[in-house]
Amino acid sequence: MMQRPRRPSLLVAVLTALVACRREPGATSLAAGKSEPRPVVVYAAASLAAAFTELGNGFAQQDPRYALQFVFEGSPSLVLKLQQGALADVLATADQPNMDKVASAKLTAAPPAEFARNRLAIVVAKGNPKQITSLADLARADLRVALCGETVPAGRYARQALQKAKVQLKSLSDEASVAALCSKVHLGELDGGIAYVTDVKGKDLEAVAIAAEHDVVASYPIAVLPGKERAGGERFVAFVRSEPGRRILKDQGFLLP
Amino acid sequence: MIVPARGSLRLWCALLTAVAVVLFALPLLGLLANAPWAKLPLLIASGPVHDALRLSLVSSFGALAVAVLLGLPLALWLAAGDGTMRTAVRLVVTLPVVLPPIVAGIALLLAFGRRGLLGQQLDLWFGFSLPFSTAATVIAAAYMGLPFFVLAAEAGLRALDQRYVAAAATLGAGPWRRLVTVTLPMVQPSLRTGALLCWARSLGEFCATQMFAGNLQGTTRTLPLACSAAMEVEPELAIGLSLILALLSLGVLSVLRHGWVPQR
Repeated sequence: MMQRPRRPSLLVAVLTALVACRREPGATSLAAGKSEPRPVVVYAAASLAAAFTELGNGFAQQDPRYALQFVFEGSPSLVLKLQQGALADVLATADQPNMDKVASAKLTAAPPAEFARNRLAIVVAKGNPKQITSLADLARADLRVALCGETVPAGRYARQALQKAKVQLKSLSDEASVAALCSKVHLGELDGGIAYVTDVKGKDLEAVAIAAEHDVVASYPIAVLPGKERAGGERFVAFVRSEPGRRILKDQGFLLP
Repeated sequence: MIVPARGSLRLWCALLTAVAVVLFALPLLGLLANAPWAKLPLLIASGPVHDALRLSLVSSFGALAVAVLLGLPLALWLAAGDGTMRTAVRLVVTLPVVLPPIVAGIALLLAFGRRGLLGQQLDLWFGFSLPFSTAATVIAAAYMGLPFFVLAAEAGLRALDQRYVAAAATLGAGPWRRLVTVTLPMVQPSLRTGALLCWARSLGEFCATQMFAGNLQGTTRTLPLACSAAMEVEPELAIGLSLILALLSLGVLSVLRHGWVPQR
């Protein structure tokens, strides 16, 4: 007789937990009486993480109707997800070829536009303990250096820069994104890597400039996608390209087209 | 009779079983249906796939060797008694099972990386650093796979009737002989199950390998890493690699089916 009540009470406990976890409609509204902000999904390259988070804050102040959800990954990974049918409202990649893959598959709602530019830099630990001053230095036998993968924009640009400087580099790994690369430099696993000038901002890292004749200018396109919140996506893209948005990008170290 | 011969219970069991079987068969069927069969021989013969296959075999079997070498003594000790020490050790050893692989990768870096707890000493004394080497893939795979071996081995050892071992002792067998001729053969099914689980887990290791060992063709790019890299550039190659991994796993599972199919 004592055994029977146990199973129903377990069921009740599970149901109660599920009900408790269900969000109350309007619980996240910013003002009483307003409906819940609509989620806008933004896929952005890893190097845009800090900048887009700032842009997101600025946009939320300007237009609280939308709640931005960011996905920061290497550009090829984002493109792959979209090709496999993921739904997003905005895509910002770190180079044109990755954006082209999405645009040519007619996955964009409007033609992409360039909204920012970036320069490459050699990323080293704070204090530059290994005294790396140029691309040629990276090829030193005693250094542990890596690049991003060939399909990652930073990897592509880095290989272009190395080719321009006629430097043969032995990369220890094809990192998936600039974020992963910088983490490994930060942890001391790598003595240096080639990423963007903007990647050292706010981190315990230093950027060594690359000679102008070897440097490659990265071009970042942004496009609205036919996702669930197209209007929200368009407004965010408009904000990114507006004066306040451009100012934020400039503060983060990006160049403006 | 677990499920009766007729009635609504049987019907529901049959229905849900069918759903479960379909759900599990679909991914495999999807792979088989989309595999580039015509191009497969060409793809398999290519350099990158050879490298990835070689590295996967090296890391998974290397991990198995480490697991048996280190895991068997550990399992013997864990099975020999009880107490807080053993419970604590069992907890630490089981951690990789529940830890998200990427966290495991970061933890491995912090322990064995160039500035890690142990790695620092390695670098200082030998100038050798584990990350970005093939050895690192073995370590990452071993870290994730060893717990499975230890848990299975310990379970088997605990279930062993000690009277057999005692009988061998009364007949004059020393400790080594008792271990090798009585204990280990008698727990052999658990050891095989544990070895299989360890090997399979090591073969599929991705995040920890990428984080700790890196991702370079020929040195650290195992099959799962090669698959992920291929997916962005040449999806057909990725499907081909997935097929190889799936068939490899199926092959080992069926060869060792007597080791893991539950016996009455």
